[in-house]
Amino acid sequence: MKIVLNGAPREVCAQTLSELLEECGFSGRVATAVNEVFVASSLRISHRLADGDRVEVVAPMQGG
Amino acid sequence: MKTFYGTRLPNPLMLGTAQYPSPAILERAFRESGAGVATVSLRRESGAGQTFWQMIRELGVLILPNTAGCHTVKEAVTTAHMAREVFETPWIKLELIGHTDSLQPDVFQLVEAARILTEDGFQVFPYTTDDLIVGERLLEAGCEVLMPWGAPIGSGRGLNNEYALRAMRAEFTDVPLVIDAGIGLPSHAAHAMELGYDAVLLNTAVARAGDPQMMARAMARGIEAGMLAHQADPIEPRDMAEPSTPVIGKAFLS
Repeated sequence: MKIVLNGAPREVCAQTLSELLEECGFSGRVATAVNEVFVASSLRISHRLADGDRVEVVAPMQGG
Repeated sequence: MKTFYGTRLPNPLMLGTAQYPSPAILERAFRESGAGVATVSLRRESGAGQTFWQMIRELGVLILPNTAGCHTVKEAVTTAHMAREVFETPWIKLELIGHTDSLQPDVFQLVEAARILTEDGFQVFPYTTDDLIVGERLLEAGCEVLMPWGAPIGSGRGLNNEYALRAMRAEFTDVPLVIDAGIGLPSHAAHAMELGYDAVLLNTAVARAGDPQMMARAMARGIEAGMLAHQADPIEPRDMAEPSTPVIGKAFLS
């Protein structure tokens, strides 16, 4: 299906959010949101993706 | 020193982690400053996040994640939730930007987001203006710390409105107050502490200095000087001179 991952269109096989993270090589400490709604890490495994979903994957970064 | 949501800080400096020439310099500046709190953010993962996280953990300081760049309550609340999960802390430096050029907080949305996040169990450090009524509203919303700006973020102008910051200190006697943003020099940081502020949060002044490590040390000393001066009960300024050497007993020689 086609999704938008961190602002870029992607064609992916994953059906759930946790599968998507694995497929796209995300590991370590990240947080996720789908369609601008926070999805806790414990819910990723059951969070099914739909065509056109906008997924954000964020990680620790420098900040002031 | 007052506690911040029950936590006592090792010293009154909160230091940002952005804009340093290199991670090694960031690390050295932190160690030199003795800062007990590091502000951090969340951005789209591009591969660098995990290394950065490892380095911050090794600093052994408290983590204060921010919602930098958020312009709406929804954005800020979602960012706060993501930050709580990633950084495993209920602390959130709540920034709700209202104006693009001055980065002035949108205080109306700030109060609303602070209320929502407090109800969700967050411990909110609101980046606010020096407005007393906004301060009151933030406390009513559940904040136990206020962080008024000294001057716009990154401007290095020091304390733009000393009168308002004095009034804020006088009004909120028991509330931990942090000057957040605008500090450019150790004298600015000392000034904040002389007014009785409980801490100073700064980033650009250290990170963009020619020698961040040395500036970190200078800031730490400025803050310590200001804190000690406040505790020492300084004299009031006066208009006329007052001789410090005794007048009585001076030899008659003219």
